[in-house]
Order: sequence, then structure tokens, then C-alpha cells
Amino acid sequence: MPSYVILEKCDGCKGQDKTACMYICPNDLMVLDKEKMKAFNRAPEMCWECYNCVKICPQQAIDVRGYADFVPMGASVVPLRGSEDIMWTVKFRSGMVKRFKFPIRTTPEGSAKPDGGFGEVTTDLASQCLYNEPDALRLKELPTIKK
Amino acid sequence: MANFETVEVTTDILICGGGMAACGAAVEASYWAHKNGLKVTLVDKAAMDRSGAVAMGLSAINQYVDINSGNNTCEDYVRYVRNDLMGITREDLVYDIARHVDSTVHLFEKWGLPIWKDEKGNYVHEGRWQLMINGESYKVIVAEAAKNALTQRGGEYFERVFITHPLMDGDRIAGAVGFSTREEKFYVFKAKAVLAAMGGAVHVFKPRSSGEGLGRAWYPPWNSGSSLYFTLMAGAEQTCQEVRFIPVRFKDAYGPVGAWFLLFKSRATNAMGGEYMVERAAELENWGSYGKVKPIPANLRNYLGMLDELEGKGPIYMRTEEAIQKIAETYKDDQKAYKKKMKELEAEAWEDFLDMTISQAILWAGTNVQPEEKSSEIAAAEPYFIGSHSGASGAWVSGPKDLAPPEYFWGYEYMSTVKGLFCAGDASGASSHKFSSGSHAEGRAAGKSIVRFVVDNNTQPNVDAAQVAALKEKTLKPLDIFAAHGAKSSDPNINPEFVKPKMFMFRLQKIMDEYAGGVSAAFRTNKAKLERALELLNWLKEDSEKLAAEDLHELMRCHENIQRMYQAEAHVRTILFREETRWPGYYFRSDFPKLDEANWKCFVNCTYKNGQWEMKKVPIISIVD
Repeated sequence: MPSYVILEKCDGCKGQDKTACMYICPNDLMVLDKEKMKAFNRAPEMCWECYNCVKICPQQAIDVRGYADFVPMGASVVPLRGSEDIMWTVKFRSGMVKRFKFPIRTTPEGSAKPDGGFGEVTTDLASQCLYNEPDALRLKELPTIKK
Repeated sequence: MANFETVEVTTDILICGGGMAACGAAVEASYWAHKNGLKVTLVDKAAMDRSGAVAMGLSAINQYVDINSGNNTCEDYVRYVRNDLMGITREDLVYDIARHVDSTVHLFEKWGLPIWKDEKGNYVHEGRWQLMINGESYKVIVAEAAKNALTQRGGEYFERVFITHPLMDGDRIAGAVGFSTREEKFYVFKAKAVLAAMGGAVHVFKPRSSGEGLGRAWYPPWNSGSSLYFTLMAGAEQTCQEVRFIPVRFKDAYGPVGAWFLLFKSRATNAMGGEYMVERAAELENWGSYGKVKPIPANLRNYLGMLDELEGKGPIYMRTEEAIQKIAETYKDDQKAYKKKMKELEAEAWEDFLDMTISQAILWAGTNVQPEEKSSEIAAAEPYFIGSHSGASGAWVSGPKDLAPPEYFWGYEYMSTVKGLFCAGDASGASSHKFSSGSHAEGRAAGKSIVRFVVDNNTQPNVDAAQVAALKEKTLKPLDIFAAHGAKSSDPNINPEFVKPKMFMFRLQKIMDEYAGGVSAAFRTNKAKLERALELLNWLKEDSEKLAAEDLHELMRCHENIQRMYQAEAHVRTILFREETRWPGYYFRSDFPKLDEANWKCFVNCTYKNGQWEMKKVPIISIVD
């Protein structure tokens, strides 16, 4: 079942209205069973294995088991996502383990300035330049074709 | 009728969608709107941080023209796209996106996206137009800038609201309606102009994996043809609806091949060790001037591999072990450097999957594949509708005034043939190869253009209360059908009075797969098969009135599949109309097996009005030699 919830670890996000996994799933698959206070994937066959529920879960209570109709059993790929990088632990069917670490962003979370610091360069609505062009292009002028 | 509260939101500019194009539009439109006293509202069916096609992340940016370096021009990019699409492209649109895309990429870098740099501080190119990135958080970063732009300039955004229909005031768009997928609320958005940027379509054709792996499409399963349906129902002319895309990817999990082919320079060989790109080179002669260009068009590369498969020469392998060894060999005299390079290549190979197709990493781990030791199979996936990539389907939109010939210009770039309805990303057609960065750039350009339109047409369109009431009834109908008949049987999914969305989708996929050139038909079709597809689609359309939903999630699935059904019909009708084979590696008309430049070097456009489809040829006007 592509993403699945580990019962022992899931706390239903402590009875809040929605769980982190429900909030993030791009395909609206994660649901909270309010009686059991456990989340579950309601349609594993529509899961893209995008891992967004796995990455966001505060309890690390979600894992992915490869699609049963074409992936031999026994492997796992587990992320640990921080604010600057992500650690991956890849466990092979053979038992071999590999670890990888990659950067994910170069700026603090929340800090993205819409103009990218290029400022308001073009203020004329009629111009073909967008508001931070041509500076953001690192060009003197916007290319065009002389008709 | 189901008792849903109606929530009315009045705004100036409505952006439907939350992916790359919509986020680009939010950034640019917010600036100009604020300056002109206007408000921008964005509505997304998911959470913007992880919505759209880039939800998982990406390992490369596929469009960066690098004009500043002097190595490339926008004209070069137009020629590349024109050849790849076998001559069928809107050069004014491709040029416009190309001239804005570098600033989009520079913004991404400032916002915090890690782009690979070499020792001199220059971007690392995967290929001529492609940059390598550490893109796990690509969408999070892009969404953050979009949300900041909206909230800092008086705009707002709604998440988990699914748009079902356009609101019209005669021939002008007046907004959109939809429902919350979280609470029983029907939303009515009234706007002076609307941007459609709701992605392409997946699951129109039967996927290769039909068990649990059904969801492992190459393009994400939540892309259900919302853009096509919305713009078609508003009356917008469509273009290139025959130009589907079939990616050749690592088999089953659909991991990316771009880094292997372009960065690692890997070969692809068949079961006998033969290289179809070499052995079948003569076949390229049959495809006019397009078979002679470099790079060879994606669909022709596909086609040569497909011919190997048809002759039973599969599997086709990506020779990963050979490629890695070849790169590492240059370090063979220095054991330490060799080990370091091998380690580096291994990490790069795995990151390529972990950034954007984690399933492929699971499949490699599950089958004990170490790419430096063993080849992996590649295969053609099922067809998708993705005008932003190497397909071209989408709405017919105006070009920019300084680039577009008069025939392609009607006042505001990226406005469809419907007044006030703009399109970007997978929603706009005939401007392929914009990918993630170009879709964002196109969204920005459309975001400025839409403000220009509203400043010139600053009146709130009239919204007839009867139209809203009818759309509310239509939107909620699947819930009403279940409420009326659900008690008739002991199984909520099997009932003679209705059809559930899942089986409805399977019925659509079977029709398309078998009659419209899907995987099981080896991507081949003909007139008789397409006419049968239309007959079957007509019954499906009648039965769509009997779709039933037990809850909000199923209600969304019902509407998604209605959208897919119209995408399917637009596709079948356009393939039927074009009596030639132009993209043999995307689909093959067995009754017209050749390229016909004299009669078919043109766009095929279509509209759907009052229940009638109209098809027409539209001339191609070139602006680049």
C-alpha cells in the first residue's frame, strides 16, 4: 500500500482537526480515523509515492512499501528532512544499506522575497518587461524580434 | 439537493491552480494588481507547498536559455522546439517564454533553490538547455514566494477547493465555481478575469501498472484534465489536442532518463546488444526534414525504440554501468581520485531519483540494482496530456504584441479566445518545452497581461443567480444520486442506478487504450477504431450523468473523471481529423502511415459549443528562419 501508517507511532496529530499528512497529500488520500485516532491512506492505488506525508509527519509514523504489483519485497527508502538538507537511508532487498545527504535550500524557511532582491525595475504596465526585468535577466534589455 | 452552504468570494483576478504556472502568475500579478488597486485570489485543490506536477521535487531545470552567456538565443530555442514538435509550434509563444525564463531561474536561485555550480561558479548544465539542481524542495520554495507575494500585496489564497465549472457573462468569463474537499461548502468566485493553470491530464489512458501501481504514472495522477475541461466549457478554442506525450523512462517506476542520456552520456541497447539509434538511423529518412535535425525529435527517438520492441528485440536497457565506468576511467591512474569520482557519480545517480521519483529508488533497492554494476530497463510509458513538456495540447492563446503575427494577436498575451480567460502552463497549447521553469515564466507573463486586461476592462461581469444555482446542482449531483439510490443494494459500489468514479475511470481507460492507440495497441490506431471510440465515449458521456459519490473525496473523483472524459474526446476527434502520421513515436495512424507536409503542416484547433464539436485547420506562421 504505497504509503502506510505505523500504528504504534501515529498519534492522529493529537486530535487536531486535520493531521499533517491530510494537510499535505496532493491527492487527498490521507484521512484520520477519529475513533482510532490513526491516519490512513484511503486509496493506495492512487498514491504517487511522492513521500510528502512521510516527510511532514511529526512522529515519523508514515513509511512507504513499494507497489506490490511490481516491486520485490524487502527494500525501504527512508528520508529525514531538515531545514537545510535531507538524509536518505536506502535499504536493499539484499540487506545492503546506503546513505545519502543532499541540500534542499540555501535560505531560511519563509524568507523568499517575491522580487528576489532585484527590486522594481520596470514600472510601466504597457512594457513587455516583467517587473524585475531586464535586471533579473542579467541583460540590458528584453530580447525581441524586429518585424 | 445536498445541503451545502454557498460561499461567495468577489475578487478582481482569479488564479485557478497552484502549480508552477499559477505560482509565477501570483508573483507577477500581485505586484501589478496592487499598483492598480486590484486584488488577486488564488485557488488550489491541494496545499500549495506540494501541489501540481513538481509536488515531489525535481532533479533538473529543463529550460534555461542562458542568453547572458552569449551561447544561446531565443531564436535557437524556437528552432529546437519547432523541430522537436515536427514543425507544429507557436513560435511567438515559445520565443516569449524563452526570453523570460532566465529571470525566473534567477529568482528561484535567490529564493533558495540550490542550483549546481562548477568550480568557476557557473551553473552545471545537464544538456544545452538543462541545469542540475538539488530540487527536493523546489515546489516548497516556489510556493513560498507566491504566497508571500499574495499576502504582502492584499491578495489571498484558498487551498483544498476544487474548481468544477467556469462562470460566464455571455462571451466573457465571470469567475469559477467549485467545492471544498474538506467541508460542505460550495464556492462561487466572481472575478473580472481568470487565469486557468490547472495542469494537464493523466489516467485518460490505461496505465501499464493496473494494480497497486496504478498511481505510479510518470506525470502525477492528480492531473485530471481540469484546465482542458474548464477552458473548453467556457468556449475557448483548443489546439494540438492530438499532440499527446509518451515519455520513455526507466521501466515501471518511471525514473528520469535525462541525466543518464545527457549528463552521463549513456547508450540504450536492446536484448541483442544492438543500438536502435544507430541500427535504425535509415528510418529517420522517412520523416522529412525533422528526421535530419539534431537533437533528434523525442517522438522519433521513441519510435525507433518502439520498432525494436515490436520486432521482439526488447528489453531495451539503459547502459548505466558502461556510462559510469567510462566517466570514472579518466581517473583510473589515481586510485584515490577514482574512488572519489565513483562515490560522487553514485550519489548523483541516486539523487536524480530521490529528488523526483522516489519509487524508482525503491525499485532499484528492491531488485538490488547498483547502477555502476548493472543496466536497467527503459520503456515507453502510457500517453499523457502535458503541453508544458514534449506534448503540445492546450488552449489557443494570443501572443505578445511585439512578436505575434496579426493572426495570432488579439490584445492580451496568453488570453484565450474567451474574453478575460487566460491560460498558462499545461493549460496553454502549442508552446511545448517550457517544463517547470518555463511554465513559471509563462505564468509571470500571463500574470502581467491579465492585470493589463482588467485595467482596460475594469467592470465586474454580471453573474446570473440562475446560472450559479444550476452549477451548484450540477456540481453536487453525484452526492444526490448516491443519497437517492445507495440504499438499494448491500454493496455501495455495485448498484444498477449509478456508477462510481473508479469504475467509470477504468471504462474510459479501456476505450482509450484499445481504440485510441494506448499501450496495448502499441500506440497504433485508425479511422474505424477512432469512430468506435467515439461511439463508446458517447455512452460513457450519457452515463456520466449517473456518477455517484458517497463523500467529498469521491465527489472530487467524479468531476476529475468527467474532465478526463472530455480530454479523451478532444484527443480522439483531433487524431481522427488529422489524416496523417506526424509524431510516430506518440501515435501512429495505420491508415495514413506517412508524414503529409503538403496537407497537414498546420495546427488542428477545436471548440465545443452547445454540445457540438468544430474542427479546423489553422495555418502556421513562422517568425524565426
